[in-house]
Amino acid sequence: MALMKVKFDLKKRVKLAQFVWFMYWFSVMAGVLVFSMGLFFKIELRKRSELMDNNESHFLPNLLIIVGLVACGLNALGGKICYDSLDPAKFATWKPIMKPFLVSCLFFNILLVVVALLCFVMRIPFQFTLAEGLKNGMKFYKDTDTPGRCYMKRTLDLMQMEFRCCGNNNYRDWFEIQWVSNRYLNFAAKEVKDRIGSNVDGQYLMDGVPFSCCNPSSPRPCIQGQMTNNTAHYSYDHYTEELNVWKRGCRDALLSYYGGLMNTIGALVLLVTILEVGVMVGLQYVDTSLSTLSNPEDPESESEGYLLEKTVKETYTDIMAKMKSMGKGNQVEGGEEAPVATVS
Amino acid sequence: MALLKMKFPLQRRVRLAQGLWLLSWVAVMCGAFTFCLGIYLKTELLRRAEVMDNSEIHVVPNILILVGIASIGTNMFAGRVCQDSLDPARFPRWKPLLLPWMAVALLLCALLIASVVLSYCLQGSLEESLKVGLRNGIRFYRDTDVPGRCFQKETIDRLQMELRCCGNNNHRDWFEVQWISNRYLDFTSKEVKDRVRSNVDGRYLLDGVPFSCCNPSSPRPCLQQHLLDNKAHFNYEHQSEELNLYNRGCRKALVDYYMGLMNTIGPGILSVISMQLSVMVSLRYLQTAMEGAEALENPEDESEGYILEKGIYETVAEAKATTLSFFKFGTVEAETTDAEKAAPESG
Repeated sequence: MALMKVKFDLKKRVKLAQFVWFMYWFSVMAGVLVFSMGLFFKIELRKRSELMDNNESHFLPNLLIIVGLVACGLNALGGKICYDSLDPAKFATWKPIMKPFLVSCLFFNILLVVVALLCFVMRIPFQFTLAEGLKNGMKFYKDTDTPGRCYMKRTLDLMQMEFRCCGNNNYRDWFEIQWVSNRYLNFAAKEVKDRIGSNVDGQYLMDGVPFSCCNPSSPRPCIQGQMTNNTAHYSYDHYTEELNVWKRGCRDALLSYYGGLMNTIGALVLLVTILEVGVMVGLQYVDTSLSTLSNPEDPESESEGYLLEKTVKETYTDIMAKMKSMGKGNQVEGGEEAPVATVS
Repeated sequence: MALLKMKFPLQRRVRLAQGLWLLSWVAVMCGAFTFCLGIYLKTELLRRAEVMDNSEIHVVPNILILVGIASIGTNMFAGRVCQDSLDPARFPRWKPLLLPWMAVALLLCALLIASVVLSYCLQGSLEESLKVGLRNGIRFYRDTDVPGRCFQKETIDRLQMELRCCGNNNHRDWFEVQWISNRYLDFTSKEVKDRVRSNVDGRYLLDGVPFSCCNPSSPRPCLQQHLLDNKAHFNYEHQSEELNLYNRGCRKALVDYYMGLMNTIGPGILSVISMQLSVMVSLRYLQTAMEGAEALENPEDESEGYILEKGIYETVAEAKATTLSFFKFGTVEAETTDAEKAAPESG
């Protein structure tokens, strides 16, 4: 009892083949889309790899690129097979590889589902990479004269302005590190000596933030220095002041940006999976409808197409039996030799 | 002597019609492209409309939008004519419309050339408009509590950060304006009272700039206040300091940006013009070849196609004569009626 049997006459077969061919070209474009999304994701990660301490994992974008390329290849081949299926002579050349091709399509679709799941799950390790990377990045803000780190200040400033965020968790992170280079500190001044003496590591800590934390929507010119001192500025109360600097931390901002990107890519990969499953089913019907011609000599005769030759249970037991017999094949040979030895 | 005569056997005519049909659809795409370019340019101009005083420069994208829509329709018409040209029954009804079509297509090309020329000529007007707009923006920077002007601060800050510029001509423009609102000034403190009294208008002027002038590429944390006082900051000399703030003025930055945009659009427009001209020329050849074929005994014989039936001078002279006869028509009639009236009187 075949699964999902459908009767096909010549017209229906031709229509099916044309439709599946058209859908295969659509899938080739979908494969190109997955490839380009993987490439875009990779470039976005590279752009900000300094902020992640060059530790970020490129596994997911590389996987997306490979899957996109494989999808293009498989779908182009499937389209060619569909195109040739209308000509019985050409289709006979493709006949032997149809079954392995369909099985590989099935495995590829499973891989696509796994990739989509990965897109949604990779957010969690990414969070930790970001937290570590930003903390270290802020420490190197002042090192504009150290080779290899001289662009950290610019990168951080541009990132804080672009993503509208300040510090790691919030702006107070800047109070805990020295972000002004020693070259611009007058060590003869009393104020500097006081601040350096006030902590164990001898760092110049201040309750101020860099200019890139400033919020342009604030009605008042930006207050960057002496932020926790209400008397230092007229009509200023740092407990109620909300618009002066960005309130969000950069870890949250970057995470929501990359998280959103990964969610979009995951959703897209799921849609592509559905499309791939559709064309695989279509190709199976094309193949079976052309193999079950009631009169093999007459190409215009009726035929039947089905999804599986037997029911799901029977197919499953068939596959299990085949695998067991493959495994037993070696054992049977060994067993035959043993009786021969004992008889003599 | 016809201008640029070419022989057209049947096969060539068919090929010309097919090629022209394809070309006209490419020209429709070009029309859509022109329309999109116009929309893009207009959006970019509208984004910065707050720092522009007048909107004279908007004539360039408006022309592009109009021409884009018109050329889509025109070239679709040309495609339809091509489709019907090979059928002798349907072609005659398009014949009277072809001459007006040529006129419309020529007009569109002229408008496109005008837009390219205008985009260069209006550069001065754009600069003036930006000068006044930016000056007002800087003056009203502090009015974050005045309705209608409360977003000037945000606009100017974002403009300076995005375009990496400071002030109108340079950062010193900020020294001449009070850019801190009175709400945040302590009028009881000596420093504020000194500064307010130091100038005629009673404004709080200082040698400082807003944070949006800061350059992130500077190796040192941004210095915004006491910019002219070398002693106020350690290891600082304002005459040689280059990286602290943006050196460019926002007017120059905006003019450069828009001129760059129009220079990029220019070659695109020129290629659209050449595409339209080639469609025109091909359609003229098709029209004359088909008319020649109709006049033959065997419509499938060779015919001739040309751009102008006679030479350029002769065509111009003919056109002049036709227009003059239109005007003279009234006077000739009056003369004949006078002569007729005089004849019965004399007779």
